[in-house]
Amino acid sequence: MIEFLGEVVAWFTDPANWTGVNGIPNRMWEHIQMSVLATTAAAALAIPPAVYLGHRRKGGVIAVAGVNMARAIPSFAIVAISLPFSIRLGLGLGFWPTFIALFFLAVPPFFTNTYTAVAGVDDALVESGRGMGMTQPQVVRRIEIPVASPVILAAARVASVQVIATATLAALVAWGGLGRYIIDGFATQDSVQVFAGGLLVAGLAVVAELGFSAIERWWLPRGLREPSEDIARVAA
Amino acid sequence: MIGLAQTQAQGVFRWDWIGRNIDAIWDRTVEHVVLTVVAVSVGLVISTVLSLIIVRYRKTYTPITWTTGILYTIPSLAALAFLVPITGLSHLTAEIVLVSYTLLILIRNIVAGIDGVPQDVLEAARGMGYTRRRRFIEIELPLALPVIVAGIRIAAVTVIGLVTVTSLIGLGGYGFFILRGLSLFYSPIGTTQILVGTALSVLLAVVVDVSLALTERALTPWARRKAPA
Repeated sequence: MIEFLGEVVAWFTDPANWTGVNGIPNRMWEHIQMSVLATTAAAALAIPPAVYLGHRRKGGVIAVAGVNMARAIPSFAIVAISLPFSIRLGLGLGFWPTFIALFFLAVPPFFTNTYTAVAGVDDALVESGRGMGMTQPQVVRRIEIPVASPVILAAARVASVQVIATATLAALVAWGGLGRYIIDGFATQDSVQVFAGGLLVAGLAVVAELGFSAIERWWLPRGLREPSEDIARVAA
Repeated sequence: MIGLAQTQAQGVFRWDWIGRNIDAIWDRTVEHVVLTVVAVSVGLVISTVLSLIIVRYRKTYTPITWTTGILYTIPSLAALAFLVPITGLSHLTAEIVLVSYTLLILIRNIVAGIDGVPQDVLEAARGMGYTRRRRFIEIELPLALPVIVAGIRIAAVTVIGLVTVTSLIGLGGYGFFILRGLSLFYSPIGTTQILVGTALSVLLAVVVDVSLALTERALTPWARRKAPA
């Protein structure tokens, strides 16, 4: 065991693992870049309709179905299905199947959290806003979005951790990222590389989780401080 | 026109593959169910013990949920990567990973369920002379059951999804078909296997979820009378 850990340390200190396409900096950068891209795209596409439906207090069924679907469909399956799909569309291997899979994975947390939070804004707050003469868009912008913002931030945390976790599987559809170390290590029975890859991915996921938690605490206005629940968290 | 007819005849989905592989599908069903049942059962035992510690010693709530939260955050593939050098490509490796994802979900729900038992009900039981142990088994546990079962349902559905990832260490249940389909991605047979593996996994999740919900209904007749939902 100690010997094995020594080999892992040696792997991390080997200069060969810090340069080139298969070096840690490049794989880490690929992983982060893809995760940010997919999460941002999902947020941009899921939040506006969720705010609209939440404001109208319509579409709760979609939100509930979204959570349940996200939980029942394995993220591994989403990655796998996106490959033949992407090939049929002529988008090939690598970047696109990975992006498509991670995008679809990140949509439900954003949609559900945003919808639930906006629809759950206290009626008294909305009424008093209207009473002060706010228009509908003003109610949305000045009351509903700020009050819902902590829960929307929680969605960003949940979605990014899930996306970072699943991006590891993208090595199976011929994309890079940190999953390469694990998948290639399994294939070549290089348990040192597998373990090192595991450390890097787990480290990135935990850093993202703790980082977003810190942002959430800092963001939350004092009047709103109460334990927030993860509405749509799914293990990956 | 003829080309179109041919593509339609061949199709993207090969129904005949299912017929030819019905035995393999059955074997993987058993594997998927066994991996899931063992993981949820072991997770439930560990979570119950930890929850009882939390209920007795409140201060342990934060460290226990923090630790299980970190376990929950670690990607399944990374967890497999940590364990394979130690426990090998084995069922043990798979079960440790799967169990580690159930803990946070189950502990949260068990503790919330027990906390949710109304104070006046506990008072009444105490007034009737219930001992602490008897009160726990006859009053608190049954009243906490709906919330606990809700946790078990989430844990079971989560585990059923994660089992597919263990195909990378030679297990996987339905995930076996997904992984093999990936290696044949250029052919309709590959696509068929991916779709079959996914559909069966989702179906299993739905069946288990609904069965647990029905079991809970049967176990808590009093709740049904009050709120028929």
